[in-house]
Formats: sequence, structure tokens, C-alpha cells
Amino acid sequence: RVRESEGKKKLSPPKHRRRRKRTRTVRSNLLLPGPEAEKPQRSPMANNRLKTTKYTALSFLPKNLFEQFHRLANVYFVFIALLNFVPAVNAFQPELALAPVLFILAVTAIKDLWEDYSRYRSDNEINHTECLVYCRNEKKYMNRYWKEVEVGDFVQLRCNEIIPADILLLSSSDPDGLCHIETANLDGETNLKQRQVVRRFLELDSEFDPLKFTSVIECEKPNNDLSRFRGYIVHTSGKRDGLYKENLLLRGCTVRNTEEVAGIVIYAGHETKALLNNSGPRYKRSKLERQMNIDVLWCVLILIVMCLFSTIGHGLWVWQYGEKKPVFDVPGLDGNYLSPVLAAVYIFLTMIIVFQVLIPISLYVSIEIVKACQVFFIHQDKDLYDEETDSQLQCRALNITEDLGQMQYIFSDKTGTLTENKMVFRRCTVSGIEYSHDANARRLAMYQEADSEEEETAAKGGTLSQRNSVSSHQSIKVVHRSLSMKSHRRTGSRAEAKRASILSKHTAFSSPMEKDITPDPNLLEKVNECARSLEVTRSHEQPLSKLTPELSDIFDFFIALTICNTVVVTSPDQPRQKVRVRFELKSPVKTIEDFIRRFTPSRLTSGSNSSSSSSLTTSKSMPRLGSSILSSVSSESTLLKLEEKLAHSPQMNNNDYRSQQDRRAIGCRPEEGELRYEAESPDEAALVYAARAYNCALVGRLSDQVSVELPHLGRLTFELLHTLGFDSIRKRMSVVVRHPLTDEISVYTKGADSVIMDLLLPCSSDDPRGNHQKKIQSKTQNYLNLYAVDGLRTLCIAKRVLSKEEYASWLKSHLEAESSIENREELLFQSALRIETNLHLLGATGVEDRLQDGVPETIANLRKAGLQIWILTGDKQETAINIAYACKLLGHDEEIITLNAESLETSATLLDHCLQYIESKFSNNTIDKTAGNTTVGFCPLSPPSSSVHSSLGLVIDGKTLAYALDKTLEDKFLSLARRCRSVLCCRSTPLQKSMVVKLVRDKLKAMTLAIGDGANDVSMIQVADVGVGISGPEGMQAVMASDFAVPRFRHLEKLLLVHGHWCYSRLANMVLYFFYKNAMFVALLFWYQFYCGFSGSSMIDQWYLIFFNVLFSSLPQLVTGVLDKDIPAEVLIGVPHLYKSGQKMEEYQPHMFWMNMIDALYQSLVCFYIPFFTYYDSEVDLFSWGTPITVIALFTIILHLAIETKTWTLFHWSSCIFSILLFFIVALVYNVSCPICYPPSNPYWTMEKLMGEPVFYLICIISPVVALLPRYSILFLYRTLQGTIFPTQLQLGRQLNRLPPETHSQILNRLNIKKETIPQKPPCAEHSPQNPLSNDSDCFKACNHTPSLQSSQYGNDPAFPSNTKAEHTTGLSVTASPPESLLCGGNKQMESMSVEETFPWNTTVDQSGFSLLNWITSTPLFSRFGRVLQLSPHRLQNEAQDNMCVLGSISSLHRDFKGLTGKNSNDFQEQLKGTPTNCCKSETLETTFL
Amino acid sequence: MAVNYNAKEEADGHPSGVGAPGGAGKSRKPDNTAFKQQRLPAWQPILTAGTVLPAFFIIGLIFIPIGIGIFVTSNNIREYEIDYTGTDSSSPCNKCLNVSWNSTPPCTCTINFTLNQPFETNVFMYYGLSNFYQNHRRYVKSRDDSQLNGDNSSLLHPSKECEPYSTSENKPIAPCGAIANSMFNDTLELFRIDNETRIPITLNKKGIAWWTDKNVKFRNPSGNTNNLTALFQGTTKPVNWPKPVYMLDSEADNNGFINEDFIVWMRTAALPTFRKLYRLIERKNNLQPTLQAGKYSLDITYNYPVHSFDGRKRMILSTISWMGGKNPFLGIAYITVGSICFFLGVVLLVIHHKYGNRNTSADIPN
Repeated sequence: RVRESEGKKKLSPPKHRRRRKRTRTVRSNLLLPGPEAEKPQRSPMANNRLKTTKYTALSFLPKNLFEQFHRLANVYFVFIALLNFVPAVNAFQPELALAPVLFILAVTAIKDLWEDYSRYRSDNEINHTECLVYCRNEKKYMNRYWKEVEVGDFVQLRCNEIIPADILLLSSSDPDGLCHIETANLDGETNLKQRQVVRRFLELDSEFDPLKFTSVIECEKPNNDLSRFRGYIVHTSGKRDGLYKENLLLRGCTVRNTEEVAGIVIYAGHETKALLNNSGPRYKRSKLERQMNIDVLWCVLILIVMCLFSTIGHGLWVWQYGEKKPVFDVPGLDGNYLSPVLAAVYIFLTMIIVFQVLIPISLYVSIEIVKACQVFFIHQDKDLYDEETDSQLQCRALNITEDLGQMQYIFSDKTGTLTENKMVFRRCTVSGIEYSHDANARRLAMYQEADSEEEETAAKGGTLSQRNSVSSHQSIKVVHRSLSMKSHRRTGSRAEAKRASILSKHTAFSSPMEKDITPDPNLLEKVNECARSLEVTRSHEQPLSKLTPELSDIFDFFIALTICNTVVVTSPDQPRQKVRVRFELKSPVKTIEDFIRRFTPSRLTSGSNSSSSSSLTTSKSMPRLGSSILSSVSSESTLLKLEEKLAHSPQMNNNDYRSQQDRRAIGCRPEEGELRYEAESPDEAALVYAARAYNCALVGRLSDQVSVELPHLGRLTFELLHTLGFDSIRKRMSVVVRHPLTDEISVYTKGADSVIMDLLLPCSSDDPRGNHQKKIQSKTQNYLNLYAVDGLRTLCIAKRVLSKEEYASWLKSHLEAESSIENREELLFQSALRIETNLHLLGATGVEDRLQDGVPETIANLRKAGLQIWILTGDKQETAINIAYACKLLGHDEEIITLNAESLETSATLLDHCLQYIESKFSNNTIDKTAGNTTVGFCPLSPPSSSVHSSLGLVIDGKTLAYALDKTLEDKFLSLARRCRSVLCCRSTPLQKSMVVKLVRDKLKAMTLAIGDGANDVSMIQVADVGVGISGPEGMQAVMASDFAVPRFRHLEKLLLVHGHWCYSRLANMVLYFFYKNAMFVALLFWYQFYCGFSGSSMIDQWYLIFFNVLFSSLPQLVTGVLDKDIPAEVLIGVPHLYKSGQKMEEYQPHMFWMNMIDALYQSLVCFYIPFFTYYDSEVDLFSWGTPITVIALFTIILHLAIETKTWTLFHWSSCIFSILLFFIVALVYNVSCPICYPPSNPYWTMEKLMGEPVFYLICIISPVVALLPRYSILFLYRTLQGTIFPTQLQLGRQLNRLPPETHSQILNRLNIKKETIPQKPPCAEHSPQNPLSNDSDCFKACNHTPSLQSSQYGNDPAFPSNTKAEHTTGLSVTASPPESLLCGGNKQMESMSVEETFPWNTTVDQSGFSLLNWITSTPLFSRFGRVLQLSPHRLQNEAQDNMCVLGSISSLHRDFKGLTGKNSNDFQEQLKGTPTNCCKSETLETTFL
Repeated sequence: MAVNYNAKEEADGHPSGVGAPGGAGKSRKPDNTAFKQQRLPAWQPILTAGTVLPAFFIIGLIFIPIGIGIFVTSNNIREYEIDYTGTDSSSPCNKCLNVSWNSTPPCTCTINFTLNQPFETNVFMYYGLSNFYQNHRRYVKSRDDSQLNGDNSSLLHPSKECEPYSTSENKPIAPCGAIANSMFNDTLELFRIDNETRIPITLNKKGIAWWTDKNVKFRNPSGNTNNLTALFQGTTKPVNWPKPVYMLDSEADNNGFINEDFIVWMRTAALPTFRKLYRLIERKNNLQPTLQAGKYSLDITYNYPVHSFDGRKRMILSTISWMGGKNPFLGIAYITVGSICFFLGVVLLVIHHKYGNRNTSADIPN
């Protein structure tokens, strides 16, 4: 069977075994005789059962308790409860004192139990996954659960199955003994990796039979190194073979592209590398909690001080009586009086018990409950739900919700986070001619639009397509397609979405949208032409050179797109197997002899590829018409179907008809069904799909040949001689093929433009051809630059034709390189360099990695919220910058500092230089900026970002970053980075990403959030204070490591701005309230000590005392902690600046703790002394006096919460009422329940009697009022003064919400606009001179509520597009708009109303007239509006009336107008509505204050 | 405070089925309910002048009359207090100052006093102790409620809480504990001196304890005899007591544990200065006040030593009102708080007018 052995000897004494075993020996389980296998032999090796649960049914209680006592607070409370069992010091009934602790422990235990149970269930699910294990008795592979798999078992895996354990690959259905696996689950890399069958088994001629496996495997002990596996296999013959990591299939990976593989299990279960790597969830402590813990320590200190004070007090009290023992000083049990010192010591312990409540026992558990509820609400937010993928936000960390409200830095990955990570082929240029693929772009645009309009259009596709049918037919098709796809997506609903999401794991593309590419008609025509002529040339045995250079370039371009990649072709219908049409078994050229053999002119031995391929495909390559259209290929099928429908429509024009015919001509393919391309990078797949759109389809790829389906020509098979893979240094990849048509050896290279352009064949300008080439190159370069500006990822395609001699000489060196042992990589690299020169440029492609929806808006809003956003990407610099521009992270007016240095020294000097530069620039700008700030008046707080020069962007590449992160430079780097508005780190490794995050986190003491989607972001996600994973196609690794997983980047906005803010403010308030509450309650007892000789007596019944926290006062604060909303969501989203309050910890600052303590002190004084004086020198007994105090305290505490509560819902009301009722009910029941129980208080009938006394009610009324009066009035005073003189953002936000909805939204807009415009001081007028026309329109838009109507009067203004009409109508809607507008205008309004009939425009003009005046003064267009003014004199009168109002608002309106420029027409209506209320705002506000 | 129920939010709070297609597939889309989307109809109180200032004035307007009412009521209460501790050497009780618990014969003293005003209604006679910490933690605990409730087993086996006052001379103490042990045992008698003749005033010693205490909490041990002496067989008197518990009173329904003086004492006072109801002087007829103005004399059997711990003993005569004994504090407190509220309201109004109002319009930018 299996055993661990020490070295090779199995006979050494067992006691040494454990110590010395270094390797593991694995044998086949099948070898053992049956009975022995049945024996319950205790294997030292883990089986494959996964167990992540912490507890079992038996161990739960002790283990959980043990764990809970790791929390210091619990130990403390239990200790105190146990103190009660000591008679000398006990304060309460011991059993009772234990109750709250037990309660808390029980709540936590139940929570743990539940968590463990869900872990158990997920374990169970995994454990009961089935896999095929070879069964000895049945002699075949049988289904078994994963958990039953053991080391030494033989497991067979099919395509797309997940590997259940670490398996040594012994056989593969792949003829080359390869197995492709996808390791996304482990490292997040989506590309396929190759694994190799153990060499000797590869050479087996027959099929692998587990029964015959007699070898013994010796390998390392289980370890967590994913990239290492060493061992050897000893065959029965005694021969040995080495085992490498290439032979090992790791658990958690997925088998791809390989039909069947089999292997022997080496490591199972928890010993697999995947699980050893999985270090469980971390416990993160939120910033708030850290701060809170400090205050808890303060509480401890206060407690100790109070106890010491009481101790001394009691000592003195006892001492003052001296020897005359008073009757009320009860001696000890033995009848002897304690000495003052000893009594004091006892009292100290007693006091700790009495005052224990000061350390809030329920604080931790309450926080946990509140956080769980907060998490629930975040989960439930429908705005954080993504319909497309049917996924919602997941909170994986339950204890850092409030950190979301305090973020300062966001570190974002780019690909897949900001972008969709779905590459879409957008444009290309071939031999200097650009094919813009407008139709494709339109289609994509339509698609998106249609998608967003989904609700309104409601599947009434007909109307839409009809409307568009007026325009070109092309767009009809497009619309139809997009509609059909849309409805398909919609009606297909969940199942479809699910399928799509599953598929997306297998292929780079999920939705048909990205796969379909509408070909550019010009290019398509050229391709067809080219193919036709090629066919002619071939059939006439003419040389290929007959083609014009352009056509041959186009042909080569598509060939390159198709074959110059590592895309694997699969067909989804069959169980994923490689689509291979193997003609002859041939491997890549391995030796010189091989080369000579295969390249001899006679070509007798090898035969002709082209002939063989054509012989096989002749019948199919014949042009066919008609019948096979529908059965044609894959994703095209929808298109074709639609086209056929359209064929019957009368509108069809010639152009499309022809293209359709073309399609028919080539429509047939050898395979039925869809081919799917699996690529290492989505770019590659995008290009292959693009080529397919031009009917140049990749149909098969083997290690030695590539088959391409071409129009007219049918299938061409290229002999693939070499593949020089992509690497980030060369930034290109190449394939060396033998061209089947010309028999030439060609090199196709695809790579970054910067490298390819340098490798091109230098062309002399003398000869016209070279000249032409040069032109082409420069043109291409121009287009490339254009693409880059558009944010497209660019690739250059080039070709080189090698002569046989060249190839032979290169091959020689290449083979040497391949066979060399040392420096193999280096030599291969050199070899690649040698062949990739003198290239002939074919063209370039532009691939778009589309931004996710709403990314620019989200980034803009997050920025306004004071968050610094850094992009850390592994992508290249150009792409990163492009994307940064696209998502508005970099503005086009920004200055970009690029740091590219090659050494530490240069980076140091570069950094210094930049710092100096900024310093000088910054000092120039300070004056400007302060001036700007004073005019603002709205945000007196200068956020950290305001010290940043607003138009600086920092771009740094990976290499320089490595230097910049050096200990000596990191400070400089940071200070530079802080000055910049945006930072972009390109080409950074995962480690660097995490180092950057760490640097900012530790050095700047800032709260950091990292967001990413791939495994390369995992380290960064883990390092950051909050890690957010995007649950996208890039595997689950990032999600697993994250604290929160969102479906989309844009969800971050609501998560942070709304939920973050809420969670933070709720929790902060709750924590503060907790401290207040407990301090207030305990202080009551403390004051009493002065009147009971510091004897530790308490007037509050022990039941009330003990359950006060847990029962009576806990619910309202929980409800408030969960549900209170200081500011509604819309305002938080609308005014992102409010987020800054969390960043600056405004809700919970250290002094606030003390403020609350002082308030607690005061309130407790009130609550103590009012009953004290009321009952002074009366016959009241201890508990009849203590009960009112408890009631007062309860009222005060709840009313205090009520003052602090900003939003009252039904839950708040009911919780408060419930708490009070609960107290009274408990008190009443408790006080009648037992006349002799509950010593010493024995509260029999106390409450009942109290409730019959008027004094009780009188003090219950006055005390809370007195207690809360200062807080209330100071709060009011503070808010009045602050809110009016220096409004805080939060305060304003709250007020905003109280205004009528219309005004509200309008102000929101205003606030936004204002912020936007703060840095840009010049009003729009200053812009106009530069570009009068367009800016006129901008200004018009900006001031749309005013001038739009004029412009319609003078409607032929060229600056105004067709939307004037729309504005007309919206303008009209204002006149009919809500009563607020009436309110606003007062008499003016009424006046104009009367004229409305006759002069309809005027009224609207009037409404906005007041702002017009001021606008005019600042516009160069004055003259034009001067005329308007003259035209409507009565409006001027009105303006005079409203002058006051106008003047007051001039400055702000200034800014508003400017800021409005960016608004699109959708906002216009809202703005227009807002306008009338604008002037009444002051009134509205006044009313709120009176 | 401002009420701002947002009806719109309420309206769209209903769950909408728009997003969920009729398919069998269950969407993970969260329900669009007001609760889950945190859009419950809510009331948002905002501290504005319009809401806060009226509150101040209203509080002021309510509190001041209440305060006046209470104050007047309290002032109408007649109260007379005599400190008979005897620390002052001129005091008649000075001779008894250093009396011990069981001194025989008991020290007696007489204090004459004059009531200037008649006490119209029922008069309550209290004894008051000062500086007597009846609320000391160990003192408060030192009792056995089940023994006092007449539990026979507890009678003979007092709770540990009574230690060290649970046994004496190997007999269980009934009633045990420090509270019982230190029971107030002065006897006060009141005489009206009418023309040099001392007319004893009837002091009613029943009805001074809570009804529930007398009838529910405190019970004599049960047995087949009514003879308390027999019932308390096997117990001994508390150390400081001159006589056992069954000899506290001559009347059977006021003897033993249900002796009301005892019950009153057992209800431990909250503060070190307290009074306890001693006797009731009921109004005889409607023609005469309960206590006429005039000369009175108080006969004290001085047994209770308080001098050692600087305690004071007082005798208080008081009438009571609906709100208990004389205590001007609550009335004054109400008046003061009401005035402060009113004043604050005015101040805030001024502040608001001076600073708030003008800037309101500027605060939200136009």
C-alpha cells in the first residue's frame, strides 16, 4: 500500500521513522491483495476528505469556550463573575452575576456554530463531488466521491473536470502526452498550462493500465510550493525516471482541451499543494475597533481609578470609627472586625464587580451583531446586484464594514477591474490603409445603448428597427442583431446568463457580442478579391507574387492574425477535444536531418502539405451555394439567419446582397457546430475572431500544423515549424511556418508597436517600392498613435520570408540553443532575436478592452469623495495611460510625469528632479489656490487632496517602481506620489503591487483599499486594509482573498460612499453611545458610594444592574446601529464630499470619547442627585429609592439615543418603546414574583408601590429633561451656529434632505457642480474665445434654462443642434411645473402667468430671468442677449424687483453655469425644474429654521 | 420637531416583480422592499430653530406651574423636628448619651417643646437617624428573608448571610442578622401639656408598615399553637435586644416577626440620613386639629446608642400631602428647570436671530 519511509530502508526502527522521513513513497493501491486493502490500516497520509470545520459535535463546547476565552474581555467578565463566589467580596448573587457572561458567550457560540455549519456544508459539497477512480474489482474507473480518494489511487479525469488531488500524470488521450490545465483557481492565471505524462509512460504503445502499474514513486513530503515538485519513479525493472512539476496535476486546477487523462494520487486532501497554500481567513481589525480598544483601555483605567478611590474612601471610613464599631459595620464571618486596610483591599475587589459594567460587556457582541446586520443590508442592496451575471455583492469579512467609510486610497487593478477584460476587435490598418470598422463600432454602441434602454423599449424591437430603417441598411442589420441578442439575453434570462458565465470560464468570450465582428466592407471586399485571385493563381499554378502588394499584404495580415498565436481550437459540442485533423504524424523540426529530409526539393518523403490538405478538402472547398447557409458556422449563424430574413425585406440593397452572396459562397465549413477559441490572452482570441469575421478562420491547431479555412481556397494547412512564444521583454511572438501555397518559410510576428517598428526591414528611399513601404510605415505609425489615443491596445503584425539557407543557418543555432542545458532561456531568447529582424510590416490592429459601465463616473465621484486612486497594473505603460485617460483618471489637461529609470541612481535623481519641479510649480500655484478656496466658502475643510496640485499625473513603470520602493527612495517616491492627483504603476508585479499598498498603508498611515479581479491582485488585496475582489471571469482567487467581492467596479461607489459611510457613522455613534451609556450608569453607583461608606453597596437592584446592559438598553442602540441613516443614500452619492467625514474620523474622534464621558458624568449626577434630594431624609428604603434612579437612567439613556438618532423608522420607535415596556414589565413581574427571594434587595412590591406615588412620576419627568438639556441645547447651538456660519458637510447633507424633493435634487446638482468647478476658476466666458462655436454651445448648455429659449427664438443659431426642440418642451414643462415654482416667484410669477397665453415663451424666460442678468455680465455674447433684453422689457422690470435675490446669488451662479457644461440633455429637465425653486430656496430654508 | 415622512419612498417600497422573469431560475437579485433597501418611511428630526425653540418654551411653561404647585403643597406641610441625641450638654438627654444596648434600668429623659401652629390632618411621628449607614453593603445583606417569612427550617438554621449574627450561645438567633440586631429600640411617648397637665396623645402603632410587608413578606413561624413563645422555641434573641422577638408587643397581631416597628426597621434606608415612621396620630374628629398649637412634652426611653459613631437621633412630627412629606426640593427644581428652559429659549432665540437667521440663506448656496 503506501507508507512513509525514511530514505529507502523500510526496516529501521519505528521510533526513528517520524524524525527521519524526508520523502514519501507511493505505491499503487491496486497491487495489494484484497483483504489487506480492506483492513482498517491507519495511513499516515491524509485522505482526500476536506475538513475546514473547526469543531465536531463533541469538541464544540470545550473548544469554542477555549477560543472565546482568548478574548480578553471574556476572561475579564468571567473572572469578575467568579469573584462573586468569594463571600468576602461578592456584590451580587453569584449565579446571577454569571448570567450576562453566559449570555454573551452563548450568543457568540451560536454564531460560531452557525459559521462552522456553513463551512461544514461547503466541505460536504466538495467532498461529495464525484470523480472516476479505478476500481480493482470492476477493472474500470468507477465514480467515487472525492473524499474517498486516497493516495495511491488511480484517477481518471475528463475534460473540464476539476482535479480532486495532486495527481501524477501517467496517461493522456493527447497523442503527445500532454494535458492542458487551467490554474485559475490556484494562481488566477487563465491561460492554459501544459503538463506532461511521465516520460516512460509516454512511450507505452498500448493504453495505460493501472493494474500493470507496479512502479514505486518516491517524492517530497507535502509542501506548499506550487512551482516545485521533485521525485522519481522506480520501475520494476529498476530504472528510474525523474519527476518534475510538469508531471503533477494540482488539486483545484481544471483539465482543459484534453479528453482524458489518468494518474496516480500523490498528495490528497489537506496535503495537497492547493490546500497547504490556503492559509485560512485572516482576522482583520477595523480602524474603528482599534480606536475603540484604546478607549476600552481608558475605561479600564477609569474603572481602576474609581475602584482605588473607593478603596481609599472605605479605608478612611472604617478608620474614622476607630475602635467604636458602629452597629451597621458588620464584622466578618468569624465575628472579628476587619482592619481598615484589609477592608479596603476587599472593597477594591468588590468595587470591580460593582463597576464592571463600565467595561461594556455587550459591546463586542453588539458590534458583531450590528456588523452582521450591516452586512446583511449590504448584501441586500439591489444597487450592488449585477443582473448580467446574477451576482451580488459578497461580504466575506464580517468585521470591517465600517472601514469602508474611512478609505483614503484606492489601489485598483486595471484589466478586469476597470475594464471588462473582454477584448473587442475595433480597428485595423493594413499596408497603410485604415479600416475603421465603423459598422462594428456602431453595432457595439447600439448594443450598449439598447442594453441600457432595455427597460423602456421593452422588447418592442419593431419600432426601433423601423425607425432606423430609414438609414443605411447596414444599421438595420445591426439593430436587428443587437435587438435579437438583447432579447435573447433577456428572455434567455438566468439560465442563459448562467450558461454564459460558465462558458466564460472556458473561453475568453462569453457574450456573442464580442465574438461577432461586423467586417469592414472595404476590407472584406479586398479579402475576397484576394482569395479569388489566389484561387485562380493556384489553379493555374501561377506564382503568388502575381498578387498586388496590397492584396498580398492583406492576405498575409489575416494569415498572421489567424496563425500567429497559441490559440487552441475546441468545439463545444463534442466533449472538449482538440479539433484535430491529423494528416500525418509529424513533430516540429527537431533535428537537422529532419530538416534536410523534409525540405529536400523532391518533397517525396514528406509529401505536399498543400496537396494532401486540398485532396482531403477538395470537395468541401468547392464553392457551394444556397442550402448550407443555415448550417454554417457558429456565432455567425444568428447573423446569417437574420440576414436571410432580411433577404426577403424589400429594403435590401446591393451592397449587402453581395456580401451575403459572398458569405454563401464560403459559408460552409468542414465541421458542423461552433468552434471555440481558447487563448492565453483575450487579445489573441479577439484577433482570431476578427480574422474569422473575414472568413479566414482557424480551424485546427496541432503542435506541428495549423489549419486555416479560407474563402475560395478552402482549408490550408500551414506546417508549423517553430513557435517563439510571447515574453514581456521581447514584447512579441512569432511563428515560423511553411506556407502551403508558396512553400516559402515565413515568419509571422505579432507584437507591440514600439518593438516591431524598430525591427522592420530598413527600406531605401531610392527605389519606389521601398519608398512606398516607408510611407506605409509612417502611415501605420500615425494610425497607431490614433488608436492609442482612443485607448485601444495596439499590435503590429509583420512578416518575414526566409530563404531555405537563412532558415537552415538559423535552425542550426536554434537547435543548439534548444538543446543546450545552461542558459537555455538566454540562448533561446537570442535565437528569437535573430529571426525576428528585417520584418515586413503588414499592418496593425486596435483591440479595445472596454471599460466597464460607469467607471469614469465612479472614479470621478470617488475622487470627489477625497479618495486617491492609484492604478497598479501589469499592463504596459501605453495601454495603462490610455485606459487612465479613458476612465478619466488622467485628464487631457493634466501634466504627466513619467518615471522610467534603469537604475537606482537614475531613479533617485529622477525623483529628486520631479520633486523640485513640483515644488516650484506648487509654490506658484498656492496663491491661486488659496484665492480659489476663499471664494468657495462652502467647504472650509481643506482635504489632503487639495494640497495636491490638481493637474499632475504620475506614471511609473515596473522597473522604476522596484527602485522607488527601495528603502532609500520610498520616502521620496511617496512624497512625489502624494503630490500627484493620480498615480499609475505599469508593468508591476503582484509583489510590487502589494509593496506599494503596504508602503502607503504603513508610511502614510492611510486607510487603503485594493480592488482587483485576478490572482495577481491577491497579495495586494490581502495587504490592504480592505480588499475588494471583482467576481469576474478571472477565477475566484481574488474573491477568495478579498473582504468584499463586487460584481462590477462601479459598485464600489455605492459600497464606499453610501454603505461605507453608513456603517462607519452607525458604528462610530454606537460605540460612543456604548461608552456613554455604561459610564453614565456606573457613575450612578459611584456617586452612591459617597453615601454608603464606600461599602460597595448599590441602590440599584442587582437584577436591573446586571440585565440593564444586556436586556433593557441594548435593543434601541442595536436598531440605531443597524438602521440609522444620518444622510440618505441619494445625498451621499450626490455629494461625495460627505465621505470625507469618515476619512477624517469626524464621527469618532478621541476627544469625543471624553466629551461623552463628561456628558455621562453630568447626566449621572443629575440622575443621582434629583432623587437624592427628593428623598433626602425621608422614610424611603434602599431599593424604593434605587428603582426610580434606574428608571430615570433608562429614560435618559434612551432619550439620549433619541437625540442622537437622525432617522426614525418604525423600528426605532418600537425598539425604544419595547425597551421601556420591557423594563416595566420585568420590574413589575419581578417585584411581585416572590416575597422572600432575591436577597438582599427583596424588591417585593417596590415597583407597584412606586407607581402609585406621584413623586415617582415627577422625578421621572424632570430628571431626563435636566440631564439632556445641556446636550440638547449645546447641540442645537452648535448646529445653528455651525450650520449657518460654518456648515459642515454632514449637517448640510441632513438639511438638504429636508427640503422638498425638487429643490433637493437641484441643490444636489449645484453642490456637485460647485465642487467640480472650484479648481477651474475662469467662467465659461473665458473659454469662448478659443473655440467660439463649440464653447458657445457649451455655454448655452450650461445656462440652458436661460438662453435655450432665446435660442429657439433665434433658432438658426448654428451653435445649436437639433435638441433645441427638446428644450422647448422641457422649458414648457417648467411653466406647468409644480407649485414650488409659484412659491418662488411671488408676484413676479403671477404677473408673468397672466401674459403666458399671449406670450408663451416669456414666462419661462422670466423664471430664469434673474440669473440671466448675471450671466450676461460675464459673457462675451452680451450683445446678442442685449437684444433679447430689449425685446422683452417687462422682464427687465421683474428683474429689478428680484435684484436682491439675484445679487446674492451671482457668484455661485457663475460657477454653476460653468460646471453645468458637462451635463447631458437628460439632466436638462431636472435642472429646468430646479431653476424656479432656486430663488425660493432662501425662503424654504428660513421656514425650516422657524 | 419637523416631521418629514417621505411618502414617495413608502410608495415605491413595495416589492416589484419587474426584475424577476417568470422562469423557474431563482434570481439572487435582492428583493426590492423598503426594509431591505433601507428606505423605510422615516422621520428625521432636525434641530432647527423652528422646532427647538418652541420646545424650550413649552417645557418652561409646563414646568413652572408644576413646580409652583409642588412647592406650595410642600410648604403647606407642617413639620416639627426635635433632635434628642443629647450631645449638647444642656439637653435633657445628655445624661443618656453613653447608654449601652441593654442597660438596666433604661435611661429616660423628657423634652418639652411647643408647636406654634396646629397640625390639622393626620400626623405622622417619625424617628430620624443621621449618619447611620443602614445601606452598608454587608449590613443590607445581613438578614434572612425566609426566616422572617416564617419558614421553620430557616428559623432554626438561619442563612449564612446572617453571619456573624446567626447564632448566639449555640442557638439560632431569631431574627438573625445585623439589621435585626441593630433595631431601633427607643420608646417615644408624646404628651400635650395642657395647663400643666400631661395629656397622653394616642399613638397608633399599627399601619406604619407596608401592607405587603406586614401580610406577605413577614410571617411568624407556623405551628399548631398560637403561642409565639412556643413557636420561637429553640431560638435566642439577637445580642443587642433586651427581650426576645416574641415579646416585642403585647398584641398578638403585632408581635414576633410581624411587629410593625420591626418591619419598618427591616426596610433598610437608602441614605445615611433617614427617618422611619414610628407612630400615627390620627385625627379624632373634624372639629379639632390633630395636634393643637401649644406645649408638648416627649418622653424618651433612651436605649439606642448612636453617639459612638456620631449619629443623631430625632423625633419628627409631620403631616403629609399627596406627594409625601415636606420637601421643597422638587418644587424648586421644577421651577428652576422651567425658568432655565424659558431663559435658554430666549437666549437661543436671540442668538438665532443674530447669527442664524441672516446666514441661513447663504448657507445653502443659491
